[in-house]
Amino acid sequence: MTQMNMLQAINNALDTAMAANERVLCFGEDVGVFGGVFRATSNLQQKYGKARCFNTPLVEQGIIGFANGLAAQGSVPVAEIQFADYIFPAFDQIVNESAKFRYRSGNLFNVGGLTIRAPYGGGIAGGLYHSQSPEAYFAHTPGLKVVVPRNPHQAKGLLLAAIHDQNPTLFFEPKRLYRASVGEVPEEDYRLPLGEAEVLKEGTDVTVLGWGAQMDVVEQAVEAAEKDGISCEVIDLRTILPWDVETVANSVFKTGRLVVTHEAPLTGGFAGEIAATIQERCFLYLESPIARVTGMDTPFPLVLEKEHLPNHLKVHEAIRSSMEF
Amino acid sequence: MTTTKSRVVYSPAFTDGAEFRIPTFKLLKQDGSLYKGAKAPDLDKDKALRIYRAMVTTRILDERMLAAQRQGRLSFYMQCTGEEAAVIGSTAALDDADMIMAQYREQGALAYRGFSIDEFMNQLFGNELDYGKGRQMPVHYGSSKLNYMTISSPLATQIPQATGYAYGQKMAGEGHCTITYFGEGAASEGDFHAALNMAAVHRVPVIFLCRNNGYAISTPAAEQFAADGVAPRAYGYKMDVIRVDGNDILAMYQATQEARKLAVEYNRPVLIEAMSYRLAAHSSSDDPSGYRSKDEEAVWREKDPILRMRLWLERKKWWGEDDEKQLQENMRREVLETMKRAQKRPPPALDTLVSDVYDQVPPVLAEQFDKLKAHIRRHPDEYPKSAEHAKGTSQEGGLR
Repeated sequence: MTQMNMLQAINNALDTAMAANERVLCFGEDVGVFGGVFRATSNLQQKYGKARCFNTPLVEQGIIGFANGLAAQGSVPVAEIQFADYIFPAFDQIVNESAKFRYRSGNLFNVGGLTIRAPYGGGIAGGLYHSQSPEAYFAHTPGLKVVVPRNPHQAKGLLLAAIHDQNPTLFFEPKRLYRASVGEVPEEDYRLPLGEAEVLKEGTDVTVLGWGAQMDVVEQAVEAAEKDGISCEVIDLRTILPWDVETVANSVFKTGRLVVTHEAPLTGGFAGEIAATIQERCFLYLESPIARVTGMDTPFPLVLEKEHLPNHLKVHEAIRSSMEF
Repeated sequence: MTTTKSRVVYSPAFTDGAEFRIPTFKLLKQDGSLYKGAKAPDLDKDKALRIYRAMVTTRILDERMLAAQRQGRLSFYMQCTGEEAAVIGSTAALDDADMIMAQYREQGALAYRGFSIDEFMNQLFGNELDYGKGRQMPVHYGSSKLNYMTISSPLATQIPQATGYAYGQKMAGEGHCTITYFGEGAASEGDFHAALNMAAVHRVPVIFLCRNNGYAISTPAAEQFAADGVAPRAYGYKMDVIRVDGNDILAMYQATQEARKLAVEYNRPVLIEAMSYRLAAHSSSDDPSGYRSKDEEAVWREKDPILRMRLWLERKKWWGEDDEKQLQENMRREVLETMKRAQKRPPPALDTLVSDVYDQVPPVLAEQFDKLKAHIRRHPDEYPKSAEHAKGTSQEGGLR
């Protein structure tokens, strides 16, 4: 075990994957000798050479098109999109190509080796274009996996799982947490399961569900709620697509209440999908309406970022409202 | 930091690139003789006949299948007609292990590599033997054993993928390359520019083959770009480029042979612009009379690439009237017989609806599939094609 922040854990995961398999390649804008604008790929070019870790021209659709071709060829590309806000030029390559490669060819070809890494989320004074959480766009696309880690240990284990998974996987990294804290991370190769949520804390009154950077917010909110005498069950969804309905439903059968929180705007956000599924599954067990605590239906603001974000105060209020309904 | 070692001038001097006129490479005249001073590439009789048979096969398949579409036997079709030399001449110049990432009008490449008429038909009719499991519209062929990437409808997406695929081939170091085909219309997509730039920067063994056939559905090339075709764009990426008479089988073959050398031996990507004409409609859903004249088509019908090659073969005494008659009859018969066979085959099994979305069916989808099967069992007469399958796989969650 070593103390690492999330960037070090991600860098270590990439290092681990590249050391184990020479077909693993890391590339993207500024990923090469500079090590990426956040330094997630530091020293990888120095260690594995320019052919395996390199800068690409500034063209997201090209990066992912290139990565699709590499994956189809049998290589294991880990492509970086510098900010999730800039993934949209590659939307066609991801949604129409990566996601459908296996299905449309009847499994003659696939891009299962593909992993796309992108820092996401707000709270860093990034304004409209360095703050977005685009997971719901991709959650609407069968064929993709969408994964979001909450801390350094999870980041390494989930990223290694994503790299080895035989399906194209989007790995959204909560950049607000990149250097926010350190945790114990094993030096060796380990993989955490994709498609499985994790119950972080058991409770009996209300289930509080989130992912990524929002888990820090949930932790604070739950701490306050427990002081109010409310017993919270906390779940990190971890994989947005395909998502773990069983774990969430089983929790709600027990608690009868659900609060879902994400940074992305309310309308069309993934909390809506979770709420719809859980009310179908757990209708007769619900004690109160499923609550969604999310960003507002606005472009991501700059100066009023704090007001916009679903912080611990808003999550705490939602927990109380759910109890008092 | 600038990467341009530029001469300095002291008055505002604009350039329009007019000095970069790109010539067209030709070898074969329409009467089957060579242009003066032209020398035929090294092409033995066996290979020449393999090329010619693939061209004729493609033409007959296209004629018959368009007719089948008109009779309502097929939902959709796209013909390669007029562009057979551009496609087959280039494919023939490659190693059969090289990767082909095509757009959708390149069935000739598959015919050359040995895709059987049965394999074509199974895809066209989306039956249980279709490699694509009946999931894509007709002409979206693919073959892993023939190194032909399954077609996808979005235009130009295959071009940066070809750059990536070829980068992987370079890393593997086995001396293979990738060729990607696309039309002059698709070359307007951003993916085209991304692909060429990345290939040049990273020195990738890939051949970009633009079939400039004059039209993107109804839009003529003159409304697609102001420049002299697609070829001059290569200069902007510092890439080798050649423009070829796309109806000249020998020129296409030789140009691609040389391009392959540059790609594989020197890691230099190449752009080839094949000048041709889409003699048929864009697809079975299109009617060219709305945007171009019969006279214009007649000019290009005179430049038929298949007839041109046949006349060359006849001059070399490699082909004659009887050979032609026999090939035509055999192919027509095979196409008709195979079509009947393919049409009768059952559709793919119901579980192909949910397989291959992921490597394994996730629980959420397995549940949706169970619900669908239960629904079909309640309405078997409404779903005659799949009612039997719904019965046969009734185990809850049995499919993974």
